[in-house]
Amino acid sequence: MTATISPLSEVTRSDAALRTFLHGLPGVDRVGADARAAGLGTRSIKTTAKAWAIDLAIRMVDLTTLEGADTPGKVRALCAKARQPDPGDPTCPPVAAICVYPSMVPTAAAALRGSGIHLASVATAFPSGQAPLKVKLDDTRAAVAAGADEIDMVISRGAFLAGRYLEVFEEIVAIKEACGSAHLKVILETGELVTYDNVRRASWLAMLAGGDFIKTSTGKVAPAATLPVTLIMLEAVRDFLDTTGRKVGVKPAGGIRTTKDAIKYLVMVNEIAGDGWLDPDWFRFGASTLLNDLLMQRTKLATGHYSGPDYFTLD
Amino acid sequence: MSRFEYAPAPESRSIVKLQPSYGLFINGEFVDGAGSFKTISPASEEVLAEVAEASTADVDRAVKAARRAYEDVWGSMPGRERAKYLFRIARIIAERSRELAVLESLNNGKPIKESRDVDVPLAAAHFFYYAGWADKLPYAGFGADPRPLGVAGQVIPWNFPLLMLAWKIAPALAAGNTVVLKPAETTPLTALLFAEICQQAELPPGVVNIVTGAGETGAAVVNHPDVDKVAFTGSTEVGRIIARAVAGTNKKITLELGGKAANIVFDDAAIDQAVEGIVNGIFFNQGHVCCAGSRLLVQESVADQLLESLKRRMATLRVGDPLDKNTDVGAINSAEQLTRIKALAEIGSAEGAERWSPACELPDRGFWFAPTIFTGVSQAHRIAREEIFGPVLSVLTFRTPGEAVEKANNTPYGLSAGIWSEKGSRILAIADQLRAGVVWANTFNKFDPTSPFGGYKESGYGREGGRHGLEAYLAG
Amino acid sequence: MPAKKKESADSVASATRVTAGGVATAPRLAVRKTYKLFIGGAFPRSESGRTYVVADSKGQFVANAAQASRKDARDAVLAARAAFGKWSGATAYNKGQVIYRIAEMLEGRRDEFTALEVPAAEVDEAIDRLVWYAGWTDKLAQVVGGANPVAGPYFNLSSPEPSGVVAVVAPSAPTLLGLVSVVAPAIATGNTVIVITDAPRVAITLAEVLATSDVPGGVVNILTGSAAEVAPWLASHSDVNGLDLTGLADAKLALELEQAAAETLKRVRRPAAAPDWSADPGLAPMTAYLETKTVWHPKGL
Repeated sequence: MTATISPLSEVTRSDAALRTFLHGLPGVDRVGADARAAGLGTRSIKTTAKAWAIDLAIRMVDLTTLEGADTPGKVRALCAKARQPDPGDPTCPPVAAICVYPSMVPTAAAALRGSGIHLASVATAFPSGQAPLKVKLDDTRAAVAAGADEIDMVISRGAFLAGRYLEVFEEIVAIKEACGSAHLKVILETGELVTYDNVRRASWLAMLAGGDFIKTSTGKVAPAATLPVTLIMLEAVRDFLDTTGRKVGVKPAGGIRTTKDAIKYLVMVNEIAGDGWLDPDWFRFGASTLLNDLLMQRTKLATGHYSGPDYFTLD
Repeated sequence: MSRFEYAPAPESRSIVKLQPSYGLFINGEFVDGAGSFKTISPASEEVLAEVAEASTADVDRAVKAARRAYEDVWGSMPGRERAKYLFRIARIIAERSRELAVLESLNNGKPIKESRDVDVPLAAAHFFYYAGWADKLPYAGFGADPRPLGVAGQVIPWNFPLLMLAWKIAPALAAGNTVVLKPAETTPLTALLFAEICQQAELPPGVVNIVTGAGETGAAVVNHPDVDKVAFTGSTEVGRIIARAVAGTNKKITLELGGKAANIVFDDAAIDQAVEGIVNGIFFNQGHVCCAGSRLLVQESVADQLLESLKRRMATLRVGDPLDKNTDVGAINSAEQLTRIKALAEIGSAEGAERWSPACELPDRGFWFAPTIFTGVSQAHRIAREEIFGPVLSVLTFRTPGEAVEKANNTPYGLSAGIWSEKGSRILAIADQLRAGVVWANTFNKFDPTSPFGGYKESGYGREGGRHGLEAYLAG
Repeated sequence: MPAKKKESADSVASATRVTAGGVATAPRLAVRKTYKLFIGGAFPRSESGRTYVVADSKGQFVANAAQASRKDARDAVLAARAAFGKWSGATAYNKGQVIYRIAEMLEGRRDEFTALEVPAAEVDEAIDRLVWYAGWTDKLAQVVGGANPVAGPYFNLSSPEPSGVVAVVAPSAPTLLGLVSVVAPAIATGNTVIVITDAPRVAITLAEVLATSDVPGGVVNILTGSAAEVAPWLASHSDVNGLDLTGLADAKLALELEQAAAETLKRVRRPAAAPDWSADPGLAPMTAYLETKTVWHPKGL
């Protein structure tokens, strides 16, 4: 697939053209966007709808560990959990993917073999992205070579905030090429972009450059994923599909810890982008602790009793 | 994959203890009226209760009670004591908010999320706000020793029953007046629950009197010779009659009447928020809002794109059971109102405008009207001129800011207006030129106790809310 | 034209002319003023062609004043409406300057009013009242408007704006102070007015002051004649926004006018019980024809 999409191929011809395009996108009124997100957050999802949403949310989890202290043992344990989140309940679906640092990819690849679970690796000098392009490309190629079929890259926020949009664009294009057949998730690090206008522009930039997913955050910067930021990104993928015919996924990451939160996101996906995105191929949660809460709520729905953390595995 | 179907999430009715019949609230007690009428749930047509109908004699009793309370207790009570009663009322409304919200949705048909998140909290906030004024009136800018007027006769509509009660009663009481209030015929129940709240607050008898009934009861309140102040919210048609009725008297009068607000969307608007604003502007409370943004004026260059987004958004509106927490659009308040909406919608079609509604299943019983937009509307169409007071939006286009202002102002009404643009200087210039009492720029249908509300031209006169809202209840 | 040796009733201002040689000739005949209407900055006759006799306090004929008709009222509304946009949009500073200019002009022409039997003290008071209102134009918004601290991330500001076209029945007395007291507050707040008055000489002389005071044409329109005949047309006129009956002594007429005004929800000031035109007017004459416009805007980064 080419990096640029034909209806908009002209807009990435030059820095000026790209700036004109991105700054010509409709603005976002922060208060209105926040109110819309909060309004969707009041939807009340009960009983059958809740059970359906919990299983979907589990299937959308990118189970993540991104610590300096990660070891092969830790990663193997996480992979086991990914395959079988609730050992006591075989009806519980597996998660979508495991997400680790490049150095952990070989371990994870071995542990996940045959499971159908995707293996995502952060790359490109995660989380700051402050490294030469060559280093980022090598980082990416190494992760793919080691078995990652999804790459979570970070954009150069510094370049973006300095207005060097074409530089950001070209970097994404290069990384996408280095990914080969691996899917590329582009982390915008919305907590550093700050304004919703920037989030919208960065979303379009990443999509124009060929990103398969746009992702909110590294998880290393506060605020990480928020409902309104995800709202802006869902609007972006919706509009991008309308404009170009190409569908891009969305991944909020960081800070989503409870079932209640996850369901709010799913409601938002449903009502903003549409149910075409209610699928692990098009929406993911970057999370770690969320999974156990989903499992506890799943058990509560099935048994009618509240469960406790001791009944779920800690990995 | 299957769709994300939201399972029913009904708010429990059990918190409301409906009585089979309700009396009039006069002099601190519930008493029988001359007659009675049934009040229903517009969502199911189920009879909720039998409510007393106040005759002229009943209204006279209420006014006498109010006069006595004014002269013996309330008018001379120190402001700081009056304040504490109002604070008490504010607190009790908050404490009983769920009960009030459920009852409001039952009797009015509005979605529980609106009664819960808008009507009831704002009503409590209104009392809290005006409570604080009661002992600060000399600082309100209406003279060094502002005096109450006496007995206020107040007639309110059915679209925001409890909130309109709060808008009327809170400033009146804060200023030292006593009141006789008539709730709308179709929505008396929260006012009667409010009467019970007055009892819980130990408000002196006669300070608040609630007389239920229809138009004749309202006329008796307005025309009573011992009423010093008339406050009315409702249709312009009735407003004219009241203005005429009080002509030549010493009654002070404020009127909050109809509207046909323009919601103007410029080509540089934040489109997604504008769409939300349009939806909120016309479908909030089933469009039963005097300040509803019922005329969408969209710049022609973005009209197609905007309408596509609007239709997509409208398709996600959930119409149905007002008590379901996921309902966005509830029931039309009455059969009569439904007939009027249907009639005007028919006229819109007959006049050649293009009608569109999203696919939505409407319940079999009760009064329902799907969210509807008319495109290709011009200023000459009746649906662009007459207040429909329902979930029906008329869409017109414009080319230049001047044309937008001209069309927006081309109405005998002047209650509210909306502007959507990301350009500050344009917003301020347009806001200056719009002849409307409330201008929402990049937002719509926002209300606050501190913010004056009221119209220009035939949308009435006087302001409710804020420091301005006191003026209607003080002699000056 | 040969001078006739004849005394005239209106030769008040003339004196027997004496030539340099001391030879007495005929006294100079005064040039009378024709009292017409004041509409849109011009002084037209009534379209009806009617006039009525105006006498001085001794019952002596002094003028044939124009008697305004329904159609003059209609024309005056058109003129007032046409002037409204520019006048209401003028800066408060500019409106203050214009009204102050009226005071200056009135000061300069005070003798014209005393000649019309307006007491000097009343002229003083009228001038001072104009000065008072001139100073209000750029302060009222701060006194009656302001920011509202709403519970949310919104800028919220209330500002006063003029109601539009205001029809005024001027008090019969005091002629000058009464007229100034009803016109000045309405225009100081940006409204345009149509005044109906039965004191044509004072009113039209004041119109001459207005016409030379940078007051844009149509901001003040003066109809002389009968309130009972003309005011009902203004009270029922759909393009009139306000009706000031403070100076109207006829309670029955006032009731009819208020009832007619109800049809279009005009802002009405009822007749004052015992108007004291020399008292501090307070804010009420200004706020009566003001709307409060409240503008909301979100605050977000």
